[in-house]
Order: sequence, then C-alpha cells, then structure tokens
Amino acid sequence: MEWALLIEQTLNGIQFGMLLFLLAAGLTLTFGIMDLVNLAHGSMYMLGAFVGATIFLWSGSFILAILLAVPLVAGIGILVEISTLRTLYQRHHLDQVLATFGLILFFNELVQVVWPLDGLSVPFPDYLNFTVPLLLGIEYSVYRLMIIGAGIVVAIGMYILVAKTRLGMLIRAGAADRTMIYALGTNIRLLFTLVFGLGTALGALAGILMAPILGANSGMGEQIIIIAFVVIVIGGIGSVRGSLIAALITGLIDTLGRSFLDVLLAFFIPVNAAEAAAPAISSMLIYIFMTCVLFFKPQGLFGSQTR
Amino acid sequence: MRVLNSLQNRRTILAILVIGTCALAPIAAGILDQPYYINLFSRLMIWAIAAISLNLILGYGGMISFGHSLYLGIGAYTVGIFAYYDIYNFYLQLVTAVAVAAFIALIFGGISLRTRGVYFIMITMALTQMVYFLSISIEEYGSDDGLIIYDRSDFGTDLISMDNPVQRYYLIFLVMIACLYFSHRLIRSRFGYVIRGTKSNETRMEVLGYSTFRYRLVCFILAGVMCALGGVLSANVEKFVSPDIMHWTRSGELIFMVVLGGMASILGPVTGALVFWLLSEFFSRITEHWHLIFGPFLILVVLLSPRGIDGLLSIKRSGNE
Repeated sequence: MEWALLIEQTLNGIQFGMLLFLLAAGLTLTFGIMDLVNLAHGSMYMLGAFVGATIFLWSGSFILAILLAVPLVAGIGILVEISTLRTLYQRHHLDQVLATFGLILFFNELVQVVWPLDGLSVPFPDYLNFTVPLLLGIEYSVYRLMIIGAGIVVAIGMYILVAKTRLGMLIRAGAADRTMIYALGTNIRLLFTLVFGLGTALGALAGILMAPILGANSGMGEQIIIIAFVVIVIGGIGSVRGSLIAALITGLIDTLGRSFLDVLLAFFIPVNAAEAAAPAISSMLIYIFMTCVLFFKPQGLFGSQTR
Repeated sequence: MRVLNSLQNRRTILAILVIGTCALAPIAAGILDQPYYINLFSRLMIWAIAAISLNLILGYGGMISFGHSLYLGIGAYTVGIFAYYDIYNFYLQLVTAVAVAAFIALIFGGISLRTRGVYFIMITMALTQMVYFLSISIEEYGSDDGLIIYDRSDFGTDLISMDNPVQRYYLIFLVMIACLYFSHRLIRSRFGYVIRGTKSNETRMEVLGYSTFRYRLVCFILAGVMCALGGVLSANVEKFVSPDIMHWTRSGELIFMVVLGGMASILGPVTGALVFWLLSEFFSRITEHWHLIFGPFLILVVLLSPRGIDGLLSIKRSGNE
C-alpha cells in the first residue's frame, strides 16, 4: 500500500515538475536572450487558464480551447511586449521588476472585471477523464499522464528548436552576446518579439492544462510564478536544460515532501512532533533546497559564470 | 521667484511640506472631527519607515530586495506571538523583534548576498515567500486567519500609552524622524560612502581593500532591523497581524514607494509613501477596480520618470536637465 502511494505521489511530482518546466522555459528564455526580468509571466499563465476555460466551456472542445487560446494569449503577450516591455530591455533590472509588477496588478484586476465571478471551475474533458491501471494495482489519472506527455513533447521540441534550427542558433547567439548578433545584421527586435511570444505561448499552455485541476482564479499566476523563479534560479538562469532538471527536482521535492515528510521525520523525532512539524517544514522544502544549491553554486546548476 | 530655482530650496520646501503634513495630521483630524485619519496616517508613516529602511539597501546600496516586507512581518509577529502568551512588555517585545530581525537578516543576507543581479531579486523574493508559507502553515498562531492582539504593548509607565491614538501617532512620528536622521547620518559616514561606492563600482572598492560583502551584509541587517521597528508599531496600530503583511505584493509596493519618491534621497521614501497613499485613495474613488489604473500608472512612472519625484525636482524650469 505504501509503495502504491509512493509511486502515485512520484507521478504527481513529475506532473507538477512538467508544469513548472512549461512556465520556467518561457521565463528562462526571455531572461537569457533579452536580459528581461518578467514578473508578469504568471499573468500570461492566468490568462491562458481563463481564456482556455471560457472557450472550452463555450464550445465543449478542449482541443479547440488549446488551439485558440494559446495563439490568442501569445498575441496579447506580443502586444504587451511591443507596447511596454520593448522599451525596458536596456533599462535597469529594478525598472523591469517594477513595470512588470504594474502589469500583474493590471491583469489581475482585468480578469476580475471580465470574469466577475469568483474564478471559473473547469471540468475534465470527457475523453481524458478516466484512470489507467499501472503497477501494483495503482489507478492513475490519464489527464495527469497527458500533462506529463505534453511536458516531454515541449522539452523535445525546445531541444530541437534551440539546438537544431536557425532560430535556435540566433537564440543561443543572442544569449551569448546580444550586441554582436545585432551588429551582424539580425533583426533583433523581431527576434525578441518572437521569443517573447513563444515564452508566452508556453505559459498560456500551462495555464489551460492546469485549469481542470486547479480552476481559474485571479492571482493564480503569482503563486506558481514564484516557484518557477525558484526553478530557474536552481537550474541556472538562461539554461533550458537546467530548468527542465530543476523543475522535475522541485516538483518531486514539493509533492513527496508534502506526502511523506511526517513518516520520514518520525524516524528521528516522536510521532506527534513529526506530525506537527511536517506541514510547516514541507512548505519550506523547495526554498531550503534552493538555498543549499546556491550555497555551493551561486549561479545555479547549469548557469553561466558571466551573469 | 529666484529662490525656487535652486534644487536645494525646492527639496527643503518639499521636506517641510511632507514632514509638516505628518506632524500636523492629528491636529487637522481633530479640527475636521475625522479621528479615522489619525490611524490612516499612522499606517502611512509605518509604510514610510519600511520604505526608509528599504532605501538604505535599494537606493544607496543598489541591492534590489524583493522581500523586504518579511521584516515588517517579523516585527508584527513578535508582538503578536508575545501577546498570544499574554506578554505585553514593550521593551521585551522590542528587543526580541530587533534580535530576531537581525538574526534572520544575517542568515538570509548571508545567503542572498553571495549572488548578484536577477538572482538576488529572486532569492530575496523566494526567502520571504518561504516565511510567508511558514506563517500560513502554523495553525497555533492563526495560520492565514492571522492573530488578534487583545492588548497593545505596555510601556510600564502611565506617562505614555499605546492605547491613546494621538500619543501612539506621535510615537510613530518620532520613530520615523529618528529613522530619517539615522539614515541621514549613516549615509554621510565612512560606512555610507563605502556602501555607495560598492553600488557604483564594486571591483574598485574591493581593490581599495574593502570587504564589500561584509559592508553589504551589515547594511542589509540594519535595514531589516529598522523595518522590523515598523512591524512592531504596525501590530500596535492594527491590534492584528496576519501573513498578508509579508505578502510579496507588499514588498513590490515598498519598492514602488522608494522609486516614486526618488531613490537614494533621504526623504524620498516618505514622499513616496505619502504620494502612493494619495494616489491609491484618488484612484479607488474613480473605480472599485483601481488597480486597472494604478498598474499602467506605475508603468508610466517607471518609463517616464525613473528617478521619481526627487528627480522631477532637479529639472530646471526651462525644461533642460
């Protein structure tokens, strides 16, 4: 029984990790290539959830929701980039932090105006709303497996994009030396807008995928975006590979910590004390892990030394 | 009007306006028969104290901490937790709050100051978030419902009482003035020059033989302790403390106050806190969804006047810098 629970929670951890990866990949790209600290990335996740949920509830088709909401939200992201963020690339990080903080306040309020109820709850799409038997008689949700699958597809896609295509070459070159690729004649504005749109699309996809599990709420973006920050800090800012590994580790630590820390602690301290302390400690685990990583590697696991 | 053209004079006029407003607010509230304004301005000055402390590290030291509200939380929770065990002695509460804030700032500063730039922003944010979640997960101290404080801090004398709104107001006012004076002196001391030098060129300071890490760390601790004083006062105004005081948006607001008033100007944070409150009051009269206006306004301030109100003062009348 204990083993079955362990496997189930491990899968949940991987699923959470994949979600974090979808968010962290966009964040780390925009930071790596544009040197932009975008706190408002979580707002795009939130918009993805709301727009996707609305289309799904209206049309009844989850696939249509994804196909429409991802480009729609990416379009909003590109509008934001052109109108506001573009002027911030050359500015100090402090200005970027403040301006994107302003964006968060704006989008959180906007969502409350457009969807005045206390958030939306979203059903699972019928054809994914069942469980499959795994080892040891475990029944696991197909929907969650689908999220893991989506994460794997995105990870492979990102690898091909960054390592094998011309756009990816420009992204890598831009991350290494912005001024140089500009001098070599690349349309850097267009490149930045494309990369930002790509990051936003990944964030929006994460939002839609999570909507049936968590629902859509104003402010849902920040809760997860801070964890996504932890992920890219652990992985090393600018590294997509780092963010994948860090996202999986973070997802597993958080999920397993919440389920098993009391059992683990009970080996060392009395059971009552363990049960009392476990919730408090498990809510801090990922931050403690981040601290440990940074103590030994201040640039994160895969970070470059230059930044 | 030749006098107005000098930057120093304009700064003095602004200082008199801002400090004068704070000093006279209870009297005005008395005349207008609006006692509600006393608490409102008390709150405002507590923000100002937090912003003054943030300005030490952010404005002068160039350390972009996105987790400064943590220290407000430490101050307020110290009072709250002592009150939970029926201990109301002000001096004990104060010393504990200072000690805890200094210790946490030492640990968290020691971790985060090893990093630079964006890493520093995100780590300070994450560490505060960690304590925020810790405060939510401890049911004994009210988790996210917060702690009600049944009695305010006790000074052990009849001369002054926290329960008297006007006395409490002027106590907060004095603490704010003391913080202003302290940062004024600190910035002009040898220590202050090292901190400012570290902001503009860290390598050069290292070459000159300064351990910049230690200077930054001490500055970080001083700011944390000063902010915790604000937290202690906050708990006494509200008679309540909840994790919300450490919410990350609070840290963002504090940064905005500092930037709005003008970074690295002594009085800037107080001006920033005052204008911030006036704006939020003004916008929330227009619509209940005032963040819709406030968010874009914040972006405009950043884009158009990154040096804040203090920066606007130094623009000459002719329009040239």
